[in-house]
Amino acid sequence: MLSIRNIVKQYANHRALDNVSIEIEKGSIFGLLGPNGAGKTSLIRIINQITGPDQGEILLNGEKLKPSHISIIGYLPEERGLYKKMEIGEQMMYLAQLKGLSKSEATARIRYWFEKMGIQSWWNKKVEDLSKGMQQKVQFIATVVHSPELIILDEPFSGFDPVNAQLITNEILELNSKGTTIIFSTHRMESVEQLCDSIALIHKSKKILDGKVKDIKNKYRNNSYRIAYYGKLDIPENKIFTINDEKFEDDMTHLTVQITNAHTVNDLLNFLIPQVQITELIEIIPSMNDIFIQNVKTS
Amino acid sequence: MNKTLLIIQREYSSRVKKKSFLIMTFLVPMLIIGMYALIIVLSIKGGDNIPNVEVIDQSGIFQNGLEDTKAVKFRRSELTLEEAKKKVVNNEDAFILYIPSDIESGGSIEMFSQKKAGLSVISTIDRKLNDLMRIKMLKDAGIDAKTLDSIKPELSVVSKELTVEGEKDSSSAAAMAVGFAAAILIYISLFIYGVQVMRGIIEEKTSRIVEVVISSVKPFQLMLGKIIGIGLVGLTQFLLWIALSGGLMAASSSILLKDKVEKIQSAMPAKAQGMQTNPALNDGPGQGLIKAIQTVQWSYILPVFITFFLGGYMLYSALFAAVGSAVDNDTETQQFMMPITMPLLFTYIMSFSFIVNNPDSSLSFWLSIIPFTSPIAMMVRLPFGVPNWQLALSIVLLIAGFIFTTWIASRIYRVGILMYGKKVSFKELGKWLMYKG
Repeated sequence: MLSIRNIVKQYANHRALDNVSIEIEKGSIFGLLGPNGAGKTSLIRIINQITGPDQGEILLNGEKLKPSHISIIGYLPEERGLYKKMEIGEQMMYLAQLKGLSKSEATARIRYWFEKMGIQSWWNKKVEDLSKGMQQKVQFIATVVHSPELIILDEPFSGFDPVNAQLITNEILELNSKGTTIIFSTHRMESVEQLCDSIALIHKSKKILDGKVKDIKNKYRNNSYRIAYYGKLDIPENKIFTINDEKFEDDMTHLTVQITNAHTVNDLLNFLIPQVQITELIEIIPSMNDIFIQNVKTS
Repeated sequence: MNKTLLIIQREYSSRVKKKSFLIMTFLVPMLIIGMYALIIVLSIKGGDNIPNVEVIDQSGIFQNGLEDTKAVKFRRSELTLEEAKKKVVNNEDAFILYIPSDIESGGSIEMFSQKKAGLSVISTIDRKLNDLMRIKMLKDAGIDAKTLDSIKPELSVVSKELTVEGEKDSSSAAAMAVGFAAAILIYISLFIYGVQVMRGIIEEKTSRIVEVVISSVKPFQLMLGKIIGIGLVGLTQFLLWIALSGGLMAASSSILLKDKVEKIQSAMPAKAQGMQTNPALNDGPGQGLIKAIQTVQWSYILPVFITFFLGGYMLYSALFAAVGSAVDNDTETQQFMMPITMPLLFTYIMSFSFIVNNPDSSLSFWLSIIPFTSPIAMMVRLPFGVPNWQLALSIVLLIAGFIFTTWIASRIYRVGILMYGKKVSFKELGKWLMYKG
């Protein structure tokens, strides 16, 4: 869908993007991650042709980016807003037509979305009369009204209340199930785990990690398990695992262990079962948050 | 191009639909008509409040010669200077003209009053006194009274405009007034609409709509759309003003004039004797104004006015747009406004101090040719006659000028609108100019 190839963007005093290459598959939900100031927004602006790269190229559906691509991209910027004094309906019509929709098409699509979001009665309201949450719904509609093939959401949930965040999440998933490719830019890892298939991590203008979420997580697994059990465990010196943490709570012992190389979780179970009553055994999979922090710190 | 049209349409309709636009559209012609009516009414009623000047003439030269005029009435006073001064202190309507006995050897004439005497009063008295003095001096020089009486030139220049179609009456005063009014209108409207462009851009920036919009259109299109849209608003307003004022003026002058003609007729017999009759005076300022306005070549001045308004507007609003894009709120605009307002203010001042008096000097020529000053300077020069080639050159340069400023502005604009919460300096603006794509 989108090939970002060796993009370099240089500003007067700093390099915002340094030779960044990313592949985004059609129909995926892609997370573009990175701390503040890493270069995410610079990259997104280049994809949206708001600015141009100094070097490198971007291919959309195999073609070099060109102005007509604007109509197949929907963009919700991090810094977003609406004309305060304009009526909602009129404003949506304006934005939809700017994306290349005809007047009748725009009317039909906006009606559809207003109905879907349950905001038909807002057509003649002014933006300044709406609450912030309401405005966000309207902004989301403005992003998707022209049925783009690629939707780019820059920090979509910042400022959303949980109800609206869920509503928007559901809409995103529905759009994705119909084949829309979605790029998320965020530094909030919970939403990444929940939604994204693949990610790229940008730090200090460079891509430092990318791939499928599953693969990345697998790579960062280190055979750690959390165990809870009743009873007393006699732990001799053993070669199966090392204990990282031990806690006693509600008559239960909670252990965090790391299984040593050459052993498996079955070995651990075989060791435990004769001695104690196990209530819980969970593999500790590193969260994206941990991976993120670990990568940002070490790079 | 289609998208630019959409933007123009939004900028235009969102402003024209505002209440303030409607109010302005109707209020301004009303004000113009009101002022116009006031001038006529005042010129008719002007005689109601003529100052009575008491003359203490110790020289004995003037007391018999001072005749009442439309502006001043004279009365001989037997008071001493001290008594007269007391009178002035106690009576706010009193005017005392004191002529010392040594007037011929350099003494100075003084006027005492609580209120400041009007300019026309002073100049009338001045003229009267000088006339009388001259007569006395001529007599002293040996010219007898008869000869003196027979020498009374009554000259007044009637200006006729000579064109291929023949000659016709023209009033250079009216043409000048229209030219000045046009210059002032351009000066004011460059600011009004330029600032609207700037505010519009700041609003888009602070409301954060701008990034949404420029993901659909090029920044240049957004800027140009805004400039053109607001320019059309200005044009609409002007045309409405002209149409409304023209209509109202025609209506009001016919009513007022009817009233005035009767008044003049009833006033005539009393004043007729002893007054120098002069056709221009008899017309009275009210009627003269209307006649004069009719002599102005509207079909020439209006298109030139509109051309220079649009050209100047495009040139300056682009700069206003650049300023708007570089700041986050109105208060930060100050430092960048200076370079924009300076040339405008400079031309304005030059126009009414220098160009008026030397419309054909080379400085006036250059001011009316250079794009940054020409919209105002040319309007001031226009009534004095400007060769067509100069007009054409000025317009061509104005167009080149606004293409240039628009280019500069668009380079600043595309960077500026995406800069939030950062105070910028001129140095930085310079850097933005150099950025690629």
